[in-house]
Amino acid sequence: MPSFSATTGGAAPVADVDRSVGPVVSRTAHFDVPLALACGRTLPQYDLAYETYGELDAARSNAVLVCHALNASHHVAGWYADDPGNVGWWDNMVGPGKPLDTDRYFVVGVNNLGSCFGSTGPLSIDPATGVPFGSSFPLITVEDWVDAQAQLADLLGIAQWAAVMGGSLGGMQALDWAIRYPARIRNALVIAAAPNLSAENIAFNEIARQAIMTDPDFHDGNFQAHGVKPRRGLRVARMIGHITYLSDEQMDAKFGRQLREGIHFSFAPEFQIESYLRYQGEKFAEYYDANTYLRITKALDYFDPAMREGGDLARALAPATCKLLVISFTTDWRFPASRSREIIKALVRRQRDVSYAEIAAPHGHDAFLLDNPQYHAVVRAWFDRIAADGGVGGATPGVGGATPGAEGDVSPRNARPA
Amino acid sequence: MKPGVAPPTPGVAPPTPGVAPPTPVGNGVARADYATIGRWVADGARVLDLGCGDGALLQFLVSERHASGYGIEIDDAGVLASVRNGVNVLQSDLERGLAGFDDAAFDVVLLSQTLQAMRRIEAIVAEMLRVGREAIVTFPNFGHWSHRLQVLRGRMPVSSSLPYQWFDTPNIHLCTVADFDAFLAERGHRVLDRVVLTGGRPVAFAPNLMGELAIYRFRR
Repeated sequence: MPSFSATTGGAAPVADVDRSVGPVVSRTAHFDVPLALACGRTLPQYDLAYETYGELDAARSNAVLVCHALNASHHVAGWYADDPGNVGWWDNMVGPGKPLDTDRYFVVGVNNLGSCFGSTGPLSIDPATGVPFGSSFPLITVEDWVDAQAQLADLLGIAQWAAVMGGSLGGMQALDWAIRYPARIRNALVIAAAPNLSAENIAFNEIARQAIMTDPDFHDGNFQAHGVKPRRGLRVARMIGHITYLSDEQMDAKFGRQLREGIHFSFAPEFQIESYLRYQGEKFAEYYDANTYLRITKALDYFDPAMREGGDLARALAPATCKLLVISFTTDWRFPASRSREIIKALVRRQRDVSYAEIAAPHGHDAFLLDNPQYHAVVRAWFDRIAADGGVGGATPGVGGATPGAEGDVSPRNARPA
Repeated sequence: MKPGVAPPTPGVAPPTPGVAPPTPVGNGVARADYATIGRWVADGARVLDLGCGDGALLQFLVSERHASGYGIEIDDAGVLASVRNGVNVLQSDLERGLAGFDDAAFDVVLLSQTLQAMRRIEAIVAEMLRVGREAIVTFPNFGHWSHRLQVLRGRMPVSSSLPYQWFDTPNIHLCTVADFDAFLAERGHRVLDRVVLTGGRPVAFAPNLMGELAIYRFRR
């Protein structure tokens, strides 16, 4: 399993040893029931990589699904015993005593279909041909992901999530759960998301895709057969994406016009920001799959629940009956607060139970991954309220038989000081 | 922090913006106005509470009147407290108007102890009557005798209902009961109910002189 930092950019998460789920194990569930995809094709069988933290209670009422964004995975919290530096991408949010408290909730992280961290995707062997899918892997949608996640829920014996939660593209999955599986979700936390991508958002995605597809090493997506990887394309894709995750303000604060070693009138990286972007690009090209990147950006582009209802978002959200918490960040220009307010307006029109927090944070889109007292306090309060509303019983060790608890369950680190 | 809410000691400077207030965020000078508002809100009504603070009034209306709806609050501490209190809260600046709400979406739109701190009074009152069939507004009565006395003595009033000094007050549009009567009449709004309280009890005699807190219910 490759090591990666956060879903978007920023510093790699550092485990809070005293309040971490501890060492965790990545599991894989295999599904033989064919999955019909939005594109018209069917996956006859597939794997989903997942992790769980905490314990499912006797009533199976305390399960929370955490959905990942563009380039993250099912490794939400904790670390791997054989790779302690590989800390989950939302370790500051999920753990004992954290806003999503694993002493109280059974948390599931899942790697989405088409990704490259253990779930079936372009790097996987196509059983029909015996060679990797590569470019033949179908284009997937947010709805496909959610359908697959529902299969995993069935396997884990979870009829209804206490909450489905995600940031950015993960928030879109939470919204889709609310719309298409209303009986299976009591709360949706839709963070730093949007009801669809703007033309500008799609434009940035298209630049990233072009960077990959025009790399001579791309070979129409069948680069594996050529024993290469379109690293240059991936690097540029990551650099352009990374810029959209940060804010102008934050970039200035972090890099400004700082030089590495003065000006040499060359095209070598002279400014710190150039060096930083190159480093991020290099790292990303190392661990990420190009065909996955193409497909996940397309899944983002396609997401548009209102389109099914002639552009009427309120009508699209009519089936959503769960309680919703929508959160945006003031300096997020990728999915600005105005996009979250569109979701709010539609839900209010439907008279749904919804709350909205607009968090003042300087970090742009990346803010959803970072520590912010108000943000974390609101999420914590929301999960406290879910517990107070009832339906979340105490953890009953040993009952979650369908799914062995994360290895962290037996770790002394998982014990919360009284 | 509600502009009209008394800090522990009258005249004490309000909390620094951005810092959580030391006392819980309040809504209304006391629960005295809740009873009045509760009587005016029909069972099962759809309500929108503008400047909902910690959501206590909305919580009261949900539990006592089976009301449903939303609170709007700009302050972080208020939003957090409202979430903790289990009410629907939407973080927004009222000065931006109520563009996120459809016409006649609510039975009642509430503005409790916030009017006097707003910049655009006419705009917000018009918006309240656009999105709601009825409006309920409460505000501290500047016409109270103690305020008049302090002005006569040549000083800006400081009292339990107006706890700020002239230099730190968030209250920029103070008015009297008579002023608000005239404001509504000039715009053709129909007053359905008016109660003026002092010490939590209704004032029958000379309300503009004796009342500390005015509560109005009106419609277009």
